Amino acid sequence: MPRGMVVIDKERCKGCGLCIAACPQKVLAYSGQLNHSGYNVVHTEHPEACVGCTFCALTCPDIAIEVYREKVAA
Amino acid sequence: MPTDLDSMVKVFSRPKSLTEARSTYCPGCQHGILTRIIGQTIDELNIAERTLIIAPVGCSVFAYLWYRCDAVQVAHGRASAVATGIKRADPNLVVLSYQGDGDFASIGTAESIHAANRGENITVIFVNNQVYGMTGGEMAPTTLIGQKTTTTPSGRDAAMFGYPIRFSEMIAQLDAPVYVTRQALYDTKRIMDATKAIKKAFTNQVEGKGYSLVEVLATCPTNWHMKPVDASRHVVDVVTKVYPLGDLVDRG
Ligand SMILES: Cc1ncc(C[n+]2csc(CCOP(=O)(O)OP(=O)(O)O)c2C)c(N)n1
Ligand code: SF4
Ligand SMILES: [Mg+2]
Repeated sequence: MPRGMVVIDKERCKGCGLCIAACPQKVLAYSGQLNHSGYNVVHTEHPEACVGCTFCALTCPDIAIEVYREKVAA
Repeated sequence: MPTDLDSMVKVFSRPKSLTEARSTYCPGCQHGILTRIIGQTIDELNIAERTLIIAPVGCSVFAYLWYRCDAVQVAHGRASAVATGIKRADPNLVVLSYQGDGDFASIGTAESIHAANRGENITVIFVNNQVYGMTGGEMAPTTLIGQKTTTTPSGRDAAMFGYPIRFSEMIAQLDAPVYVTRQALYDTKRIMDATKAIKKAFTNQVEGKGYSLVEVLATCPTNWHMKPVDASRHVVDVVTKVYPLGDLVDRG
């Protein structure tokens, strides 16, 4: 069951790949698409596997990632 | 995947104390992780209104563009000295002296040591990436033995250039500093540890305790000629063997 979602700001992403390595769920991969700065930006290849752990966002040097988590009923 | 954002809560976003400006760092440069950690710390301590950041000379020279805080860009190596003056002139300010290893441990050696020895109530972050990043990867005092740089093309040789300097260990033997620690950013655990250390270094200042130094082992993928992920691995396998992680002083 998917529990998380990441939103990547394509124009901030410099394609360094640190988030791809940090994600324990292997959600992220290179998209093959270039942004306006010419970087091969990262996208969510397997969004359904995201658990919202924030590891990718903690690792991103360009603060290009926001993370959401499913609301849990109180 | 739930696409409805209403059913989701945002659990990670850009720190409020950062501007929208994009960083000028190279892809994968860990200076950028520190920008985020510092912004988050300023948010958590709610001190943006009274924080002043000293931007050094080096790749972090544009730090004054990235925080919604006061900032001063100072001459190479003099950050701890300028921080001293500003903090003494207005002790209500929270002053961060952000310095590279060339800045802090080479050209600024005298200023760095004496600010620590006086126990100035400031927070210093010392980014040890083992090179002069901004100027194209020359040898720094922290460069490892055998490490190739533009000024040590066949590798640093101790007989010619001396040994990598463990500056934090030198500062740790002074009486005044309240907190001296060495941290790294090569994985999420280390990033979380470094975040705690930086928060502590700011909190010490807010509580008037005195001088705190956080050395951070960071990568410079560009001048190390490594992919960012490989550079992180190099920190684990090689750099931490010369610069061990952990607290050296904690009198907080
Ligand atoms: C007085 C003075 N000397 C030399 C320089 C040239 N210079 C600019 S950046 C730099 C080295 C910066 O290295 P470091 O402090 O390690 O920062 P990094 O870029 O690696 O983060 C030097 C020597 C200068 N700007 N001013
Ligand atoms: S040269 Fe090195 S330290 Fe400077 S921005 Fe690039 S990766 Fe970072
Ligand atoms: Mg440096």
